[in-house]
Amino acid sequence: MARAQYTLDLEAAQDDLLLLGQRVETAIGNSVDALQNRDFKLAKKVVEEDDEIDRLQIVLEERCIDIIAMQAPMASDLRRIVTIIHVGTELERIADYAEGIAKIVLLMGNEPPLKRLIDIPRMAQIGMDMLRRSLQGLVALDAKAGEDVAEDDDMVDALYQQILRELLGYMIEDPSTIQRATYLLWVAHDLERIGDRATNIAERAIYLATGQLPHFD
Amino acid sequence: MINIKFDGRRDGANVTHDAETSGDETQADRETILSTTNVNFWYDRAKALSDISLEMYKNQVTAIIGPSGCGKSTYLRLFNRMNDLIRRSRVQGEVCFRGLDVNDRSIDAVELRRRIGMVFQKPNPFPKSIYDNVAYGPTVNGYRGNMDELVESSLRRAAIWDEVKDDLSKSGLALSGGQQQRLCIARALAVSPDVLLMDEPCSALDPLATTRIEDLIHELSDEYTIVIVTHNMQQAARVSDRTAFFMVLDDGSGSLIECDDTQKIFTNPSDDRTEAYITGRFG
Repeated sequence: MARAQYTLDLEAAQDDLLLLGQRVETAIGNSVDALQNRDFKLAKKVVEEDDEIDRLQIVLEERCIDIIAMQAPMASDLRRIVTIIHVGTELERIADYAEGIAKIVLLMGNEPPLKRLIDIPRMAQIGMDMLRRSLQGLVALDAKAGEDVAEDDDMVDALYQQILRELLGYMIEDPSTIQRATYLLWVAHDLERIGDRATNIAERAIYLATGQLPHFD
Repeated sequence: MINIKFDGRRDGANVTHDAETSGDETQADRETILSTTNVNFWYDRAKALSDISLEMYKNQVTAIIGPSGCGKSTYLRLFNRMNDLIRRSRVQGEVCFRGLDVNDRSIDAVELRRRIGMVFQKPNPFPKSIYDNVAYGPTVNGYRGNMDELVESSLRRAAIWDEVKDDLSKSGLALSGGQQQRLCIARALAVSPDVLLMDEPCSALDPLATTRIEDLIHELSDEYTIVIVTHNMQQAARVSDRTAFFMVLDDGSGSLIECDDTQKIFTNPSDDRTEAYITGRFG
């Protein structure tokens, strides 16, 4: 096959992106599990592992730059390399949000829970699902999958608004809950941002498939 | 034979206005200078080009790319009728310059070749001085203006004046390959063409000389319409506004697969065959 090594290099870069995506998805799940179970050991693990995610993202980006410099990719190869670089950055930022949630768990300490968590885990599940499906759409060159993921961000935003109203209610009714409610508000905000970043990845999947970069509000 | 001549545009040999292009204009800001419509071409019985319809626009650089043997150079030579020099060659379909069919019996081929200049893969200066290389064409065409000024302006436009001005009596053959090619471009410019056809102008040159020619193409496209055949896809991407991809068909003839803005061709081509070629998967 012509350009066999080049093709292998491209595929390897994409495989590394998918592995990075799996690590980031795990980090989100672990951070919310740590929150629900007040598992400080798990929370510390998420914080520590964020450095490795940062390192892997940089290694991936450098590999892509090497391919650009030495192989002069064109057309869909070029879109793929550019997409990998962009999505790698998005994944690194999502991992930062997961780390942020884990740090909040450590800040909360042993304070009694404000309420039973229902919507926050739901937000996390949707976010993780969006991330997984956007990466699958990217690999499969499936623009429709990307569009579907973008629509799910509305659910994440709606849940965030719901949580916001509920927590404001707690704080207004009982000011002593302000600190605990604020922690949960930060968590919800991080999960809402994860939804936005997963939508960005979905946009890049559409770009890779079609050559057109959409923008979803 | 009635000599129908094209309208004169600049200094150089004066020609009288006659036919005016009109019907081939596409958009207000894109005037068609060269076009073919359903063109087929044969070398004797061997079909070399199949059903090619393509337009090239004023003051744009159009690159023609494709694998070896797909008819790129043959296509280029349609416009200045260089294929006439090949025995038993035959063209079918319209080949137009400013809306006029160049193969019409009324067309003056000499005048056509003045208006459509050509630069070849291997630089081919005349075995004459630098000055005479540039002055030859205008002299033959009856130029009566200041020849020294014309030679200087042509060499300047070809970005070689500063390197040769101190000794224009030097033989053109004594120049380096890259300088010879720029001298050939100056020679073509001296007769005030509308179009420059360039058939792999850099393939015999080193990278630095190639860069000089590419920079020159950028400058010249402000004034001239340029068509460049190249094997170097990165070059096509660097220098051209539009790119046409040719391919060999099953019958051995070449045909146009896709033509579009260069940015589109190299980021998101419409045809899978174009994608396969420019990503190096075949060709």
